[in-house]
This record gives sequence, C-alpha cells and structure tokens, in this order.
Amino acid sequence: MKVLTLNFLTCAVKACKTTNNSFPLHPKDAELVHDEIEINRDLLVNVLPRIDWTALRTTSTELGFPTLPEQPPTAEDLQQDEKMLKELHALLLETQMMEGKLVCGHCGHEYAVREGIANFLLPSHLV
Amino acid sequence: MSRPEDTLAADVHYDDTEARKYTTSSRIQNIQASMTQRALELLDLKFPSLILDVGCGSGLSGEILSQVPPEEGGPHVWVGMDISASMLDVALQRDVEGDLLLADIGQGVPFRPGTFDAAISISAIQWLCNAESSETSPAGRLSRFFNGLYSSLKRGGRAVCQFYPKNDVQKQMITSAAVKAGFGAGLLEDDPETKNVKLYLVLTVGGNATGSKDIADVVDGMDGVDVLDNRKKGEKGGKGEIKKGSKAWIIKKKEQMERKGKIVKATSKFTGRKRRVQF
Ligand SMILES: C[S@@+](CC[C@H](N)C(=O)[O-])C[C@H]1O[C@@H](n2cnc3c(N)ncnc32)[C@H](O)[C@@H]1O
Ligand SMILES: [Zn+2]
Repeated sequence: MKVLTLNFLTCAVKACKTTNNSFPLHPKDAELVHDEIEINRDLLVNVLPRIDWTALRTTSTELGFPTLPEQPPTAEDLQQDEKMLKELHALLLETQMMEGKLVCGHCGHEYAVREGIANFLLPSHLV
Repeated sequence: MSRPEDTLAADVHYDDTEARKYTTSSRIQNIQASMTQRALELLDLKFPSLILDVGCGSGLSGEILSQVPPEEGGPHVWVGMDISASMLDVALQRDVEGDLLLADIGQGVPFRPGTFDAAISISAIQWLCNAESSETSPAGRLSRFFNGLYSSLKRGGRAVCQFYPKNDVQKQMITSAAVKAGFGAGLLEDDPETKNVKLYLVLTVGGNATGSKDIADVVDGMDGVDVLDNRKKGEKGGKGEIKKGSKAWIIKKKEQMERKGKIVKATSKFTGRKRRVQF
C-alpha cells in the first residue's frame, strides 16, 4: 500500500462518514519497504492538487520520516526542482506499507494490512 | 453459459482454484484485456491518472492501466478493490503495480471525495445484483456502491463499467442505481445480438466547476458510442406506424431520441461492428 493511497483512504464505517477525524487513517506497527519505480512526473503534477498536505505531513511523521515542509511544492517546483520531484516520488509512490494496521481516529476501527493489502471488509452492523 | 453470480457469493466462487484457473486462461486474459482497452478508450484520459479498478480480481484489467505508454497518456496508477482474497493473492503473486484493497464494493468506496480521475470495472458489478446476506438487499448494495463511487471521483471524472447482466431487469436495476447516485449515464453495446455481446455503462460526474462537462459534450468526443442519457428533456416522441427495425424506423427513433435530449452518434473505427441502440 503506497503512501499515496494512504492520503486518500478513509474509514469505511458508516458513522465515520461525516466526521473529519476519520481521515487520515493512522498507521500502527507499520512495516515499510522501499520499492523502486520509475518517476512519473506528469502523474505527480496531476495528483498534487488533490494531496491533502496536512494529512501527508501527519502520515509521514507517524511513519517515522523527517517532518515535511509546511507548504506543499507547486506544480512549477515539480517541473524545475529535480530533487524535490524525486523526494515526493520516493515518499508517495515508492514507500509501501506491507504489514501493520490502519487505525481510525474517530471510531478506533483497525484495518489490518497484510502483504500490502488492506482489509476493508466490515461486519454488516458497521456498514 | 453458466452464471456463478446466480448461485454463489463472489468470494466463495473465486476460491484459490478458481482464481488460478481464471487468471491463467489465455482466453480470459485476452477478453479482459480487450474490454479494458475499450474502457480506456471510452475514458479518453489525456495524462497519467489515478484510477480505481472496481472488482480488480487478479489484476488482468489493472495491469493494462499500468502499461499505457506516455504517448497515449499513461502510465496510470491504480488502486483495486476486490472481495476475493484468493483473487488478490494471485494478483500479489503476479506482482501487479496497483495497490490492493480487500473490500466489498456493496459496502461502499472508502476514499475521500474527489480522489480518482477515473474508474473502471470489468466484469464485476453484476455480482451486486445478488445480496450476499439476509441483512442486505441488492438495491441497498447497488446504491451504496454507486453513491460511494460518485463521491470518490473528481468532478468531471468518468467511470466505465463493463458488466454481464442476467437479463433486462438487472440491466435496468444497475443503470437506474447509477443515475440515482447522480451520474450522467449511457449504455454502449458492442457486438449486440451475438454471443460476444459486451455492455458498457459509461458514467460521468457532472458538477459546476469550470472544465466539467455535460454528458452530451463528453459523448461528443467519444468514438462509436450510442449513448442514452437518462435525463428527460420534455416532449415525448410521437407514435410510429413504421416497421420496427427498418431504416425509416431507426431514423425516426434517432430523431425522437435527439428531441428528448439523448445522444445519437455512431461513427468511428468501431462503426463496422453490429450495434444496437437501446431504450
Ligand atoms: C470476472 S472477475 C474480473 C476481475 C478483473 N476485473 C478482470 O478483468 O480480470 C470479477 C471480480 O469481481 C469481484 N467481485 C464480485 N463481487 C464483488 C464485491 N461485492 N466487491 C468487490 N469485488 C467483487 C470478484 O471477486 C472477482 O474478482
Ligand atoms: Zn471510523
């Protein structure tokens, strides 16, 4: 599960749909791997405006990475600043959560992650 | 053809044996690949996008998304949802590039609003017509799915769902659930009335933001689509005495549809194919 995906996943429990605390989910006991993949600049430029930067800073800190700058890079930065592009790529697309749990900050539900696959199946009373 | 959808839950049908059998069949690989290509063509993505693959299975559809070359606007990054752990296991063994979620789309789509540029679903959503337990109804599951899908797509985004309805009732049930969720919807049929008939539900997320498109404009840019918009725009077509199926009948029907605000278009490289306009 890429950090990119963690920036979009929310708690699936019905009661959590309307609160802000159900995003981002908080990684717990996370085992990470770094999986090298080719840089896709146009993809990053495309998704950048949709990244919740505050949530990304939270996730990144919770995963044990150095604190991200307060402000997100701009599309221009990504076009011009090769280093910044690489760092963002490494964090969002190359860093994968393989094992652990994703915990909802509102209801406390824990979604297990095994071999990189998050289990979002819910018992029917939570749907 | 046998329909496991009618008797089994998807995660029961797609067990380890079936998942392997399904994925290693070169016949199935080819069919899924060509339907995914068709869906991509209908999505008409201009740059590398974030795509949801609904009912991604072992990744036969998703891997096509990863393989789109830069000249054609790719490669795309995808996230797949599937209810069958066995199918996802095969996806892992095949080392697909997309992220995978073990999830039941009948329970919703757990992404924040506006996450995806687009979504595809290849041969999966007919499974929603069968309730998996006594606590849920097909209508409830379809509505949770389409509402979730609608919200997870960005404004101006599109989804293309190829599916195998058991009959017209299922086709109608699925289409109307999509429209109720707010989608602009059209149905496209390739090779109608043959045993290879393929049905695509083309969905658009409108919105008032600049750059968003009405379904009419969207369809305008698509190749070979006979799309029916489910919105009604006033007057009903008059009764015809012309023989059903004749050229005059078709022309008349097309006029009627245009008057209703529906879109009638059929010129492209797929024009040679037999195709049927649906009501
Ligand atoms: C025919 S396979 C298609 C898989 C893949 N899209 C492809 O083209 O090869 C249908 C898939 O839909 C999945 N499916 C059925 N019902 C589902 C549900 N409620 N939620 C998620 N996936 C479901 C099945 O587990 C199966 O993997
Ligand atoms: Zn929650």
